[in-house]
Amino acid sequence: MRAKLLLGGLLALSLSGCGGGARPPQYGARPELPEPRRGLLPDMTISLPAEWGNDRPLVPKGYKIDAIATDLLIPRQTLILPNGDILVTEGSGGGDAPALRPKDFIATYIKKQGKTSARGGNRLTLLRDADGDGKYETRNIFAEDLNAPYGLALIGHSLYVANQDALVRFEYRDGQLSASGTPTLVTDLPSAINHHWTKAMTASLDGLYLYVGIGSNSNITERGMPAELDRAMVWQVDVATGAHRRFATGLRNPSALATQPVTGQVWAGVNERDEIGPDLVPDYITSVRQGAFYGWPYSYWGQHVDVRAQPQNQALVAAAVAPDYSLGSHVAALGLAFSNASMGAQFADGAFVGEHGSWNRDPPVGFKVVFVPFRDGKPVGEPVDFVTGFLRDGKARGRPVGVTVDPRGALIVADDLSNTVWRVTPDGSR
Amino acid sequence: MEVTFDRLQRRPLHPLHAIFLAFPPPLFLGAWLTDLAYGATFQVQWVNFSSWLIALGLLVGALALLWAIVGVLALGLARRGRPVVYLAALAAMWVLGLVNAFVHAKDAYAVMPEGLFLSAIVAFLAFVAAWTGYSGLPVRQAP
Repeated sequence: MRAKLLLGGLLALSLSGCGGGARPPQYGARPELPEPRRGLLPDMTISLPAEWGNDRPLVPKGYKIDAIATDLLIPRQTLILPNGDILVTEGSGGGDAPALRPKDFIATYIKKQGKTSARGGNRLTLLRDADGDGKYETRNIFAEDLNAPYGLALIGHSLYVANQDALVRFEYRDGQLSASGTPTLVTDLPSAINHHWTKAMTASLDGLYLYVGIGSNSNITERGMPAELDRAMVWQVDVATGAHRRFATGLRNPSALATQPVTGQVWAGVNERDEIGPDLVPDYITSVRQGAFYGWPYSYWGQHVDVRAQPQNQALVAAAVAPDYSLGSHVAALGLAFSNASMGAQFADGAFVGEHGSWNRDPPVGFKVVFVPFRDGKPVGEPVDFVTGFLRDGKARGRPVGVTVDPRGALIVADDLSNTVWRVTPDGSR
Repeated sequence: MEVTFDRLQRRPLHPLHAIFLAFPPPLFLGAWLTDLAYGATFQVQWVNFSSWLIALGLLVGALALLWAIVGVLALGLARRGRPVVYLAALAAMWVLGLVNAFVHAKDAYAVMPEGLFLSAIVAFLAFVAAWTGYSGLPVRQAP
C-alpha cells in the first residue's frame, strides 16, 4: 500500500520524498552517507502480508529449510537449551505509547497493515525433537502470563526472560517441559511509554552479568527528552543482585544482543532513525564498548549531527563513536547470532542477522537473514544472503526477527508475520 | 436575464457560514503562537498543540471553504472583487494549511523553520478571509 497516496490525494507525488533516488546498499565500517532529506510526506512503503502456501523461504545451495513450529502467537526470539530443546518468546508490547499528534493515529494505522493480526502470546513455548530427526514433535507451553517477553538467556540452572517491563528468572532443570513455578523478579526495566518495547538480552561468558537492550521512546525525541530517561542504551545487570549500570548509551534501538564466543565481547544489532531519507541512517551491528556513546539522538555514525534533536549537545556529539558495521538503512536488524563450524565452512566465521524489513523506504529492504563474515573477530566484506524470499511481488510472507545458532548445526529463525519458527540446516545433516 | 449588483448593498454571511469562518483565525493564530513557544523552549508539547490547532482549523475551515465556493459560484463569475478575494484567501489558507499540517507531522525540530513561517502566513490568510467575509457579500438583484 502506498500510504502517500492515501494521505496526499490532493498533493502531487513529487512533493513527497520520492523513493526513486534510493542508492545501492551501504555496507561496512564507512558507509557513504548522503545529506539528510525528507519530502513533505515520509516514504512509507508498507508490504502487505501474504500467505506462504506451499512455498518456503530460500536458502543457499547445500542447505534446507523447514518450518518446525507454526501458528505461534508472534514469535520473537529463541534460545537453544543444553538438551537441544528450543524456547520461543511470544508477545507484542508497546501498546501503552499514547498518540500525541494527528500523525500518530495515521502512522500507527498504516504500519499495522504490515503486521500479523495475531495477538501476542505473552508466553514461552518449548519445542523438542526427542529422536533427532529434525522434526520438533513435542510442543509445550513452558510459561504463560508474561508481559511481552523478548530476550532470553540461560546461566547454569537459571533461565532469564526479559519482559517489556522487567527482567525475571525461572529455575530450570534439564529436560523440563514447563516451568515449575512463577518467575522471580531480578530487576524492573524502563517501561514507561515503551515506544521501542523490545528488551533484547545476552549473558556474559562468565555468567556474572546480563546485558539488556533498551530502545528509545521515539524516533528522534519527538516525545521530548524527559521520555528518554534510561532509554536508547544497554544496561549491564549484575545477576547476583539485580543492580544495573549503563553499559553503553546513544544506541537508538538495540533490539538484538549477542555475546561473541571466545572474546566474550557483547555485540548489538541497532535500528537507527527514520524520516531523513531512504539511505539514512544505516542500521548496524557493533561491538558494544563499555562507557561509549553512540550518538542518538544528537548525531549518527559518529559526528553527523541530527538537527531534529534540539537543544543539541555538542560535548556528547564530540564524544560519539561510530559503530562497527553498516547493514544498510532501514533494514531493521532484530536478530543477531554468532555462527560456528557446524554451519558449514562458508558460514562458520561470522554472524547471522535477522532483518525484519523496512517501512520508511522505497523500494523496501531487509526481509531476510544475512550472514556477516568475520575475520580475526571483526566483520569484513559484504553481507551474504542466507535466508531470503520473505518478500515477493511487494508482499511480505514472513518477517524474520530472532536468529539463533544451534551448536548441533542449525539456524533457528523466528518469523513474527507468518508466526512460524524456521530451521535451516546443512543438507548433509539429518 | 441581466443581473446587476448594488455596490453598497451587502448581505451578512449565513449564520452557520459565519460560525465556520470563525474557527480558522484563532486556531491558526494559536498554531503560530505555539510554534513560537516551541522555537523558544524546545518543549515538544508546544508543537503537538500546533498540530492539533492546524488540524482543527483545516477541518472547520474546509466547511467554510465549501460554503464560500458554492456562494461565490452562485453570485456568478461576472462579479469580481470582494467575493473573489474572500474565496481566494480562504482557499489559499486551506491549501497552505494542509501543507503546514504535513510539515508539522515531521518529528521534533524538523518542523522548524518552515512550520513557523507557514503558520504565520496561514494565520494571516485566515484573518484576510474573515475580514472580507464578515464585510458581507454583495446582494444579487434582479433588474
